[in-house]
Amino acid sequence: MNDAASLAAQPIADSAIKQHFKPKTKGYVPRALTLLAVIIIIAMLLLILGDIIIGGAGKISWTFLTSPPEQGMQAGGIFPAIIGTVFLVFLMVIFGVPIGVLTAVYLHEYTRPGSKITRLIRIAINNLAGVPSIVFGLFGLGFFIGFVGRGIDKAFFPSNQPVWGQPAIIWAALTLALLTLPVVIISTEEALKAIPREVKDASYALGATKLQTIRRVIIPQALPGIFTGSILAISRGAGEVAPILFTGAAYFLPYIPTKLTDQFMELGYHVYVMATQSPDVDKTMPILYGTVLVLLMLTFLLNFTAIMIRSRIRSRRKGE
Amino acid sequence: MPTNDNFNFRRKSKLREWFGEKIIMMCAMSALVSIALIFIFIFRESLPILTDNFVKEEVTVGKMIFPQQWKKGEPPHWAWQPTSDPPKYSLLPLFIGTLKAALVAMLFATPLAVGAAMYSSEFASKRMREVIKPVIELLAGIPSVVLGFFALIVLASVLQGVFHWTYRLNAINAGIALGIAIIPIIFTVAEDAMSSVPGSLRDAARALGANPWQVSFTMVLPAAVPGIAAGMVLGFGRAVGETMIVLMASGNAAISSLSFVDSIRTFAATIAAELAEVVFGSAHYNVLFFIGTILFIFTFLINLGGDLVLSRLRIKLQGRTR
Repeated sequence: MNDAASLAAQPIADSAIKQHFKPKTKGYVPRALTLLAVIIIIAMLLLILGDIIIGGAGKISWTFLTSPPEQGMQAGGIFPAIIGTVFLVFLMVIFGVPIGVLTAVYLHEYTRPGSKITRLIRIAINNLAGVPSIVFGLFGLGFFIGFVGRGIDKAFFPSNQPVWGQPAIIWAALTLALLTLPVVIISTEEALKAIPREVKDASYALGATKLQTIRRVIIPQALPGIFTGSILAISRGAGEVAPILFTGAAYFLPYIPTKLTDQFMELGYHVYVMATQSPDVDKTMPILYGTVLVLLMLTFLLNFTAIMIRSRIRSRRKGE
Repeated sequence: MPTNDNFNFRRKSKLREWFGEKIIMMCAMSALVSIALIFIFIFRESLPILTDNFVKEEVTVGKMIFPQQWKKGEPPHWAWQPTSDPPKYSLLPLFIGTLKAALVAMLFATPLAVGAAMYSSEFASKRMREVIKPVIELLAGIPSVVLGFFALIVLASVLQGVFHWTYRLNAINAGIALGIAIIPIIFTVAEDAMSSVPGSLRDAARALGANPWQVSFTMVLPAAVPGIAAGMVLGFGRAVGETMIVLMASGNAAISSLSFVDSIRTFAATIAAELAEVVFGSAHYNVLFFIGTILFIFTFLINLGGDLVLSRLRIKLQGRTR
């Protein structure tokens, strides 16, 4: 409005211009309506968080976090589920992050943005991000367990007892690694874009080869972005239940996974089982709320860290 | 002999460069290979429905689609009862359930997400925007099992208390929770589309005397419509494929009714609920993978379409400014 006013020729009275450019009152209706949408969304988020915090805060204690479940989930803690989740996402990161990072490096350093292969890979990444998580679960069962696992069993363990060809933490972690691959790729790419050209040019000017530049300059500079991607992947992976339903999660285990072929307990799966298959809902309710709160805190803390790192990368890029 | 050394070094490093690039390229292909493998292996497990005579006795594609006379004297109808005798594998009840849940989710999420996106892109101050973005990211960060839990324990009871529906867990309950899950997707895509409308177009409209809301409604919104539509389509795809929320909050009864207050069973939830208990390689197992194939193809097409629309929109909007 002000720009227009200043552009207007002098002779026209200021009041006339203001009259003409004054927003009509009904202009406030869409503004109020869209603001209402924002408020409803914020209210929903607060409602969900509030309910879970109020319901679960009383249950959280050191013993709850460090003791195993007792009396068929009606007492005790969630220690094995926490450990299982940690092991699972740890393995997932080991499998998934290197591949994701190198994919981003390839897309950003080796190919031209518009080339056919780049476009094809990008389409694949976008589609991978959109495949329903239950389909990943099916894939984990059909490919990792049914094909790879049984293949290993047939080749190396001729006895009838399956060793690798059954649900296990390694298959669940691999499935999740695939599911979170797009997250890692996208975050790493964003970090790669933030690296100033001059830094790379300087490396080449010193006689470094492409691979040396990638290893010594580009990857170290992109570390915050890689870190963000890994954290976001962990946050996503820790919350996904559908892909691990048939690939390794167990309702209750008296032991903690120590081998790659062990099954494991997991927080999200624990929530699902307690919420839907508990014989006595009232007795498990406090534990259920406590578990949900732990899971939610875990994912939010991870997301928050990732958002902080990412906004620092972005501000650095703008500063250039 | 320094020159010879130099030559050796170069050859070695060239080899290393070559290997390095090939390894990096192989990693980059992993996304492509994974998509192909996912399709191949899910399709492979559902193939016996078409080829295996033993399986075909129990279930065929025709039996899954058309109404069957399951018992003598009964009129033919659709039913999903894979553990009954004879096992009934009609997909229609699941299809209706999936559609009902996704429809409720879209009706719930679209006005909120598009409205909020519009506010964020058109009206919000910078500070307000800094509130909205993290809120959406937090919402997107809630694991679906937590939303499912919330819908099962809290939302269902609240709705039951207000409306007194026959079934506590129904399409509306699950749909609302699904809607919360897809708000971030629709918001992000729609907001992106609206705020990528070039400033020069806004300036032009303003210079012609349009006030802020006229700029938004007559200029930005029409230009961003394909983006908003793409956001809705992507949200719909997510709603159809989402598993844990519907598994926990929908009641999981395969009823072919059009009422939104009946319990429902969706495709995704059916796989999740039944696969753990089926015999490896049985007809039931194959049918569940067949459903997985349908889900995969459906979401694949939706994502491809959404991508296409968005990249075209980007070209169009950027092309105009230059």
